[in-house]
Amino acid sequence: MKKTIGVLSVQGAFEEHIKMLEQLDVNCLEIRKKTDLTGHTIDGLVLPGGESTVIGKLIRELDLFTPLKTLIEADMPVLGTCAGLILLAGRIADVETIHLGTMDITARRNAYGRQLGSFQTDEAFDALGKIPMVFIRAPYIESVGEKVEVLARVDNHIVAAKQDHMIVTSFHPELTNSLTVHRYFLNLI
Amino acid sequence: MNNRYELNKNLAQMLKGGVIMDVTTAEQARIAEDAGACAVMALERIPADIRSAGGVSRMSDPKMIKTIQEAVSIPVMAKVRIGHFAEAQILQAIEIDYIDESEVLSPADDTFHIDKTQFDVPFVCGAKDLGEALRRISEGAAMIRTKGEPGTGDVVQAVRHMRLINQQLRTIQNTREDELFQVAKDLQVPYDLVKFVHETGKLPVVNFAAGGIATPADAALMMQLGAEGVFVGSGIFKSGNPAKRAQAIVKAVTNFNDPKLLAALSEDLGEAMVGINEQEIELLMAQRGI
Repeated sequence: MKKTIGVLSVQGAFEEHIKMLEQLDVNCLEIRKKTDLTGHTIDGLVLPGGESTVIGKLIRELDLFTPLKTLIEADMPVLGTCAGLILLAGRIADVETIHLGTMDITARRNAYGRQLGSFQTDEAFDALGKIPMVFIRAPYIESVGEKVEVLARVDNHIVAAKQDHMIVTSFHPELTNSLTVHRYFLNLI
Repeated sequence: MNNRYELNKNLAQMLKGGVIMDVTTAEQARIAEDAGACAVMALERIPADIRSAGGVSRMSDPKMIKTIQEAVSIPVMAKVRIGHFAEAQILQAIEIDYIDESEVLSPADDTFHIDKTQFDVPFVCGAKDLGEALRRISEGAAMIRTKGEPGTGDVVQAVRHMRLINQQLRTIQNTREDELFQVAKDLQVPYDLVKFVHETGKLPVVNFAAGGIATPADAALMMQLGAEGVFVGSGIFKSGNPAKRAQAIVKAVTNFNDPKLLAALSEDLGEAMVGINEQEIELLMAQRGI
């Protein structure tokens, strides 16, 4: 049977993730409110890019916070990109409010500055060779805990990491032609 | 187009499904961010006040924009007059995240828009039909919004513009390939963009609704008509309870297809902005810059 991936769709680039995942022959389910999660069974979860302040607020107000956190704590495979990385980070530099906070990493928001600091580069992702990485007002990971495996670095900053069933990238694989990160994520399921 | 242009289109993609709010002070910017705005538009006067004040309306004081950049972590946009590339250079110098070349301000050039390909920061431009949208894109705009009629609280023009753009997209998609050259001529736009529309049925950049959106229902209407997000200008800070209305519009944009939730969101919002009808306006801003 085809796997079903829940894609958090309250704000941001969720359609782009869905287009990538559909190329890899999985079903996608847009998650906009609590009943989207409680009424369906999913095999994995994607937290897309967007504005983390907006997504963080909406998951609380649309009663998605607890169901999402419960799923992730019960080992649901999850991929968080950019804002999704911020949602999963256990600590955010200079910011008090954390969101789902399930991953032992310290993230820095807007680490490359404003839009003029946005950039694209090609760097190695784990052992899978170089892939295109698009950074849009992106965060990076300042430090990681013992259980966290670093998957990619750009200019000595950690830009992708994995802890058990959780993968985060500060770049946007969904904005490129490379399916490497999505395929890597689906292999966790 | 270069890599910078791709990155600038990408930023607009990150704003999708979100609400961009007009703010005039750092305090309003914080209220907007707390309410869930995905970006703010920093300007000295909101469109409704520009209307009532009259006179020439220009780019805002860079110092005022900087205080807003310091107050929030979300992207900050600001407006320049149509054709005023020097104002745009100034906004780029203070590292604005997005420039709105906007008909809300008094046009500086009645023939030429800014050559936006010369800038590193992204531009959003207004359009009331597909020809305008594609002309702005060929000049380098990385995002499009409907013009609507700003500062009125009347959604009729935004609806008209969104419907027209989408009708024209559908028509071109279904046009014979050998007729596309004539379509490009009729619309006064480059053939390549017409070809892109023919193949995809979409604009090559993100398209938001703007102008006259005042309620969660207005926002849901525009999203159902195909907008990828909304700008709310005067509608929030001209209303009785800005924070509550702002939050309600944010949630309405996320769940635009859920009437039960929209009903709950529409309750007890206090007074909406008073608004003026299209027929009562002396100045149609949407007619600026074609």
